[in-house]
Amino acid sequence: MAKRIDVSGLSAFYGTHKAIDDISMTVEPRSVTAFIGPSGCGKSTFLRTLNRMHEVTPGGRVEGKVLLDDENLYGTGVDPVAVRRTVGMVFQRPNPFPTMSIFDNVAAGLRLNGRYKKSELTEIVEKSLQGANLWNEVKDRLNKPGSGLSGGQQQRLCIARAIAVEPQVLLMDEPCSALDPISTLAIEDLIGELKERFTIVIVTHNMQQAARVSDRTAFFNLAAVGQPGKLIEIDDTDRIFSNPSVQATEDYISGRFG
Amino acid sequence: MASTTPTQIDQAPPVTSSGRSTGRAGDKIFAGLSKGSGILLLVIMASIAGFLTYRASIALSKNEGNFLTTFDWNASANPPVFGIAVLLFGTVVSSIIAMAIAVPIAVGIALFISHYAPRKLAAPIAYVVDLLAAVPSIIYGIWGALFLVPQLNGLNLWLDEYLGWTYVFDKTQVGVARSLFTVGILLAIMILPIVTSVSREVFLQVPRMNEEAALALGATRWEVIRMSVLPFGRSGVISASMLGLGRALGETMAVATVLSPSFLINGHILDPGGGTFAQNIAAKFDEANEFGRDALIASGLVLFLLTLLVNGAARLIIARRKDFSGANA
Repeated sequence: MAKRIDVSGLSAFYGTHKAIDDISMTVEPRSVTAFIGPSGCGKSTFLRTLNRMHEVTPGGRVEGKVLLDDENLYGTGVDPVAVRRTVGMVFQRPNPFPTMSIFDNVAAGLRLNGRYKKSELTEIVEKSLQGANLWNEVKDRLNKPGSGLSGGQQQRLCIARAIAVEPQVLLMDEPCSALDPISTLAIEDLIGELKERFTIVIVTHNMQQAARVSDRTAFFNLAAVGQPGKLIEIDDTDRIFSNPSVQATEDYISGRFG
Repeated sequence: MASTTPTQIDQAPPVTSSGRSTGRAGDKIFAGLSKGSGILLLVIMASIAGFLTYRASIALSKNEGNFLTTFDWNASANPPVFGIAVLLFGTVVSSIIAMAIAVPIAVGIALFISHYAPRKLAAPIAYVVDLLAAVPSIIYGIWGALFLVPQLNGLNLWLDEYLGWTYVFDKTQVGVARSLFTVGILLAIMILPIVTSVSREVFLQVPRMNEEAALALGATRWEVIRMSVLPFGRSGVISASMLGLGRALGETMAVATVLSPSFLINGHILDPGGGTFAQNIAAKFDEANEFGRDALIASGLVLFLLTLLVNGAARLIIARRKDFSGANA
């Protein structure tokens, strides 16, 4: 179900510009790891290298290794499409397919992966929506368009869509930044439940959120604008927020910059 | 730089001038101009509609045949007998053929330009497609009559042999391919640029996050297009097609040059013959007498209404599109 991520010597580029430099870290299965850091430090770029979404951007290029258990995602012959089927992603802004119903949104990934009987689909869709704490709100209107839901509901729909295909890892790119506090709380509760089944990596601008939801926290920083982002340190969340080993981390979390 | 800035300020006119502001006059002139242009447009439209209706009513009041069902055009005879059945049939059939050929190809080209082609290739291709729109229609007509018609003989024979059983592709008359089918192909080439460029614009507007949603689920490029691009672009493609249809319905010179006209409704589209509104007017207008011209104008009125209808439908679809485009802002 959940797998360990092992990153070594990873750099990512946009054309000739190096966005992140030589990052290595390990993410344990069934844990939540939060990425924090100032804007432009490359934490979202790094997240997108973990499911090979970075190379979708024109000019996007990656050097280094990402091991999922023992398999290198960037090995020769590895199909990026297959990688994205095992590493799910939730985006900053909720992005359900606007022309699809709620049901079809959740079933979209399953339909890509193969043929399912109607009854199997129904079962998985219900399970996924329950897993995303959305079932009770939408069970009577599964054939209504997904774009008719509120922002928070749409984001939980996107989470249901991502977990319906049973990925090994779930990446979340600032999943709450477009949501109100109550919806944010709902998503944070959900993250706590999901980590029992998935390896979760979450990028957040909100340090309280990182402190609330994550087991481990990674702090990213950049020397100056235009310089590549670097991983400053990664440690248990308690330690990062109480007694970080690098001064820059303490400056950042205490609000002295960024 | 810094040293020149103060002198520039010195030379600038005073902010509060005691006299009238020139801006006010400019405002009035511009408002008048734009209002005038708007009114002028309405006047032109109204005068076209009024002229067509007036002259058409003269012709229709004297028509001994049934304007809608007569298979004949003897407007200069006494008593005059004329009907638009053949023209309506020819116009609609040739346009349908044009749409059936042009829309899939145009969508394919648009998708290639917007989603498949490397950037270096996409721009030149888009440019060439737009160039197709710049070719005058009489050139298409000459090319169609002298090059396309003989080239199509082989295709016609093939269609006749293998699809002849469908009735539509049954070629019952010998002779060169000056048929509605050839006209349809020519019209397809002519409407290709407009359908392609509008579709391309719509496909390029698909929000990045919609495509990434599909990508992140492990969709291949084609699946991304099927899940995000085509659903988003569907109504845009429809309205692009309507714009193309509007052009195909009214095309005159190319059709008149290629088609060998006859006043028969013939469902065998490979047979030479048939006619369209615009082609019929172009062919007969010079030699018609005063009344004959009124009759042609009556047929022009029908074409005018037909294109208005098509454009109105396109507008409606574009308006409905608004509900989809915002996605989930």
